[in-house]
Amino acid sequence: MDENKTHVISALVLHKPGVLQRVAGLFTRRGFNIETITVGPSENEGLARMTIISKGDEKVLEQITKQLNKLIDVIKVRDLEPGITVKRELCLIKVHTVTEKARSEVIQYTNIFRGRVVDVSPETLTVEITGDPEKIEALIDLVSVFGIKEIARTGPTAITRGTKTI
Amino acid sequence: MCIGTSGPGATNLITGIATAYMDSSPILAIAGQVSSHLIGNDAFQEVDTIGITMPITKHNYQPMKADEIPGMIKSAFYIAGTGRPGPVVLDLPKDVQEEEFEFESAKDMELPGYKPTLKGHPKQLKRAAKLIQESKKPVILAGGGIILSGATEELLQFANVINAPVSTSLMGKGSFPEDNPLSLGMLGMHGRKVSNFIVDECDCLIAIGCRFSDRTTGLLSKFAKNAKILHIDVDPAEIGKNVDVDVPIVGDAKTVLGDLINVFDPKPELKQEWLNYVKDFKNSCIPRLSFNEVPLKPQQVIKELSEAITDDTIVTTDVGQNQMWMAHYFDVNNPRKFISSGGLGTMGFGFPAAIGAKIAKPNNDVIAVCGDGGFLMVCQDLATIKEYDIPVIIVVLDNRHLGMVAQWQKLFYDERMSQTHLGESPDFVKLAESFGVKAERIKKPGEMKEAIKRAIKSGEPYLLDVIIDPNENLPMVPPGCGITEIVGEYKVEREYPDEIVVKASAKENGGD
Ligand SMILES: Cc1ncc(C[n+]2csc(CCOP(=O)(O)OP(=O)(O)O)c2C)c(N)n1
Ligand SMILES: [Mg+2]
Repeated sequence: MDENKTHVISALVLHKPGVLQRVAGLFTRRGFNIETITVGPSENEGLARMTIISKGDEKVLEQITKQLNKLIDVIKVRDLEPGITVKRELCLIKVHTVTEKARSEVIQYTNIFRGRVVDVSPETLTVEITGDPEKIEALIDLVSVFGIKEIARTGPTAITRGTKTI
Repeated sequence: MCIGTSGPGATNLITGIATAYMDSSPILAIAGQVSSHLIGNDAFQEVDTIGITMPITKHNYQPMKADEIPGMIKSAFYIAGTGRPGPVVLDLPKDVQEEEFEFESAKDMELPGYKPTLKGHPKQLKRAAKLIQESKKPVILAGGGIILSGATEELLQFANVINAPVSTSLMGKGSFPEDNPLSLGMLGMHGRKVSNFIVDECDCLIAIGCRFSDRTTGLLSKFAKNAKILHIDVDPAEIGKNVDVDVPIVGDAKTVLGDLINVFDPKPELKQEWLNYVKDFKNSCIPRLSFNEVPLKPQQVIKELSEAITDDTIVTTDVGQNQMWMAHYFDVNNPRKFISSGGLGTMGFGFPAAIGAKIAKPNNDVIAVCGDGGFLMVCQDLATIKEYDIPVIIVVLDNRHLGMVAQWQKLFYDERMSQTHLGESPDFVKLAESFGVKAERIKKPGEMKEAIKRAIKSGEPYLLDVIIDPNENLPMVPPGCGITEIVGEYKVEREYPDEIVVKASAKENGGD
């Protein structure tokens, strides 16, 4: 078994102040690893969906799930298996592009990656890309030769494939 | 229920709340808060009570309008008292306290994320029964969950049906009568020798309502290493947290035990060989209580205390050697008669806990057994018991040391004694008398028993300052060791004493 597997945990929580703190506090206090966390409204009014990416072995994952479930404001928790999960992240990259050549190369790469240019200034190009975190890494790698001024990433959010819901 | 003012009042509640959280005590703590429009401004006596208490409560609430209060109170009591009990905090801003509104008693609670599982899964019950049937050397480990769920009757019945000896955690003291032949006494760092060795040897450990704390298990890799483990707990997160479990059952101890008793068909056969072995082992290491010397040995004090009280007496302890002496040597036969701070080990717990117990159970005698150090942390409550006439009896086991820490310094830190001698002050008798509380000093064998009887008879608050031998150490398992690695002499009453008759042998208890 993979000792330090990356897990995608999806949690349905009450959409009210303090819930994020309860969840984040739980991770810190119990020494659980937290790579990224995203929160937003869900299909149910009053409920938000949190997607947490965490690393750990099966035992740790079991504790994370059980401890999350103990929180009164958490309604449901599910470890999303990679095979049945769509995982997407949004990333904005501000690239240093003073030369015409740099500019056109960055635009080319962005197109290949199905990204979009969302802002232009005399010295920079800002591109938007969505996708699997690995794909985002790849684009970042490519454009880093020009000099990256800033990166903003949302962290992945995820949902199960097919008709199944959590 | 307890109440504190905002800021320092709220922070003073923290230790008590954390104590309740660790030992799963249902409490509602209400803290004052600055007016809602001042929150976040670092106002006078403002503190982030919600933030501070998040990791030490089952849940907490901060109403921003008065009409939220009834629903929150209703939910708070429900959450605190159900499932695995625990503390709930209500952080109440001043303007909300003063707001007037049309009172409407709370409608249904909206707690979609809170549904404790009470009934054990039938498939797991069957697997558990099979495991027990097949075992040759079963042992029950009973925790505080038995007492919280009111399952002591079921536990007794269950132990008799499967003919297994019963060990308890500290919080489990009182879950099974310690005068029962099947009782092994407390397990763990300061556990009874028989308990530690029999759990070590068992091939099937049935843990109920306990959380395998490090003080109970010792080094995990050496804990009950030949045993299949069956764990029954209402909190799913406790199952598999510290110890790998073969059969997990999530559910309330009372319900699960009741159901489990009925699953056996046929009844497990009597493991006579194992029971004889346990009985012989137990008789070979009955802790010695009688010591006819001055300064008094704590064991002798406990012996006299036991002789002076009844099974209805509620005894609380503080934390330290006093607590562990009581846990080790003092037999408890009924639930909720032994109250102690287990998980957090909060010094200063014993005396106020006794006050609470006396107010809840005015017809029971209540005795707080405290260390001199711990009692000093809360001695101002002598004013409380005097003013409100709450007749609790305080026994200060006076060794002029922070005895437990001193013991560690002696055993593990080359006798580098640091900050553990308490010196000559105060005079506890004079201290009590200054509050108008009657007090006596006890120095010699024989005095304790009479003094306790006098104190009970007086019907008044009473303090006994018992001068004990500061050099008496508890038997203990050093941290990082397996539970059979007890250091120090384990003083035994007598080898194979005639007067100790194992009353009902396992055979008479059925098992056919
Ligand atoms: C509030 C608090 N502070 C410190 C400790 C650490 N501690 C555990 S036992 C102990 C000594 C207790 O001394 P005393 O109350 O005299 O009891 P004794 O061990 O002598 O019986 C200390 C300091 C604690 N458990 N609680
Ligand atoms: Mg002391």
